[in-house]
Amino acid sequence: MTENNQSSTAASRISTYMLTIVLIILALSIVALLFAVSAFIVGDQVVAGYLLIIGFITMGLSAYLLLQSRKRVANLKIEAPKIMTTIECVKCGFKSIREFQRGDYVYKELDKCQKCDDKMTITAIYKEVKEKEKTYNV
Amino acid sequence: MAFVPSGDIISQIIYAASILLFVVFMLYGQRIQMYVMIREVEASLYKLKFIKEEGRKITIETIKEIGKPQTDPTPRVDRYLEYFTISPQSMDPAGIVYKLDHILDVRDTRLKDEVKIMAPASDEVQVNNLENTLEAAMALNFIYKVVRHYYIQGKKTLSLYVIMQLQMILPLVMKEAEAYASALKAFAYGQPIGDGAGPLVAAKLMHGYETRKLPKDCVVATVPIEGRTAFIIKAEGPGGNVGKPGDAVQAVIEENEGKIANVIMIDAGLKLEGEEVGEVAEGIGAAIGGPGVDQFKIEEALVKYHIPINAVIIKEDIGDAVSPMRKEISDSVDKVIERVKNVILERTKEGDKIIIVGVGNTIGIGQ
Repeated sequence: MTENNQSSTAASRISTYMLTIVLIILALSIVALLFAVSAFIVGDQVVAGYLLIIGFITMGLSAYLLLQSRKRVANLKIEAPKIMTTIECVKCGFKSIREFQRGDYVYKELDKCQKCDDKMTITAIYKEVKEKEKTYNV
Repeated sequence: MAFVPSGDIISQIIYAASILLFVVFMLYGQRIQMYVMIREVEASLYKLKFIKEEGRKITIETIKEIGKPQTDPTPRVDRYLEYFTISPQSMDPAGIVYKLDHILDVRDTRLKDEVKIMAPASDEVQVNNLENTLEAAMALNFIYKVVRHYYIQGKKTLSLYVIMQLQMILPLVMKEAEAYASALKAFAYGQPIGDGAGPLVAAKLMHGYETRKLPKDCVVATVPIEGRTAFIIKAEGPGGNVGKPGDAVQAVIEENEGKIANVIMIDAGLKLEGEEVGEVAEGIGAAIGGPGVDQFKIEEALVKYHIPINAVIIKEDIGDAVSPMRKEISDSVDKVIERVKNVILERTKEGDKIIIVGVGNTIGIGQ
């Protein structure tokens, strides 16, 4: 189990390799911005402009890399969908929907109906998919 | 130095850098492309490892929870994850179906026995569910190992083509792995899966009628439909089980001395991209997947007595087939029954005997 926990943790954190790259790029961008400021003070506006552009681009790049790595970590989850159980009374048609409970199965007979005392039956168990599939208009 | 711009120092640096970049990409472009691909594969491999480990964890926890074992089932589960099945030799293909059938029977019995040892407190339904859970964990373990094999091989040989092939099929592999991951929980909790669309239709048709057992792990009910006598067959639920519809159909045909007017098979069918989940389609032939043994047996029996066969499928993709049943699939049951009744009215006469088979895994579906 220890080995299992270790591997799960290793998979769920941002890799040090990626973090080093991000930090180096971030440091370089800060240096470029500082140079830009000093060039502007000296009066070399063209160089200051170039350095400013380089500084902002590299800063943006490092932020993008960091966000991408975080997104990848967030993706490492097995999401359990919400499963619903539909219960119906065959006699009076009374219907209720509740969350799935372990032991439920389709056509399992349950307790008596609230309205007519006949036995209720599970008629459907399904998951609700909320996200709509992308359409391509073809 | 006519190629060097005569402007300020920054322009010269940018010019030199662009020339350098051009040379680097010309000489090392393929290698850089390969490293990018390796990184992509590596990220997917991490995800696969995580999914595989989660699968193993869920399986062990479920066995402990349901089976109440005296000893820790972890070593046995780890051993089980490495199980393999060797398919029969096909150099002389005559009789291979029955050899494969035998191998599959032995495998099934062996796995069930293993589960019973691992989870002694579980009943028959739970044994079937646990067997399915373990099989999903096994599939995840196998996918991870194969991807890892090609990844390491690609890195060792630094072959662009090994890595490229792996990177190209990776989206499909990941989709399948994610489907198995969600199947794990469905199997562990005994929830119906998309593949259960066929048994769900059969269950709706036979519900309220007396059922009897058929070989192997199947049930049949005799139901009057539109003035005809229908033998409705499905795998015995609600445990995770596909049964052997081939043997069941053969048995019913033989019981009726071949006097069957039509066989209608209902199964989940793979949809193409762009098609809607839960769409119903109709056709001809034995609608049944798997290794082909059951399809062979059904076709043999049909040819022997010249019985026509029709099929109705409910469309879904591979992810839907092994993960908890989507509402669209559950809602399509009535549409399927309508189509089946149409086939019965158009293709058979009053008083005829017909067989309706709901093919698929009946987990979470009773009768």
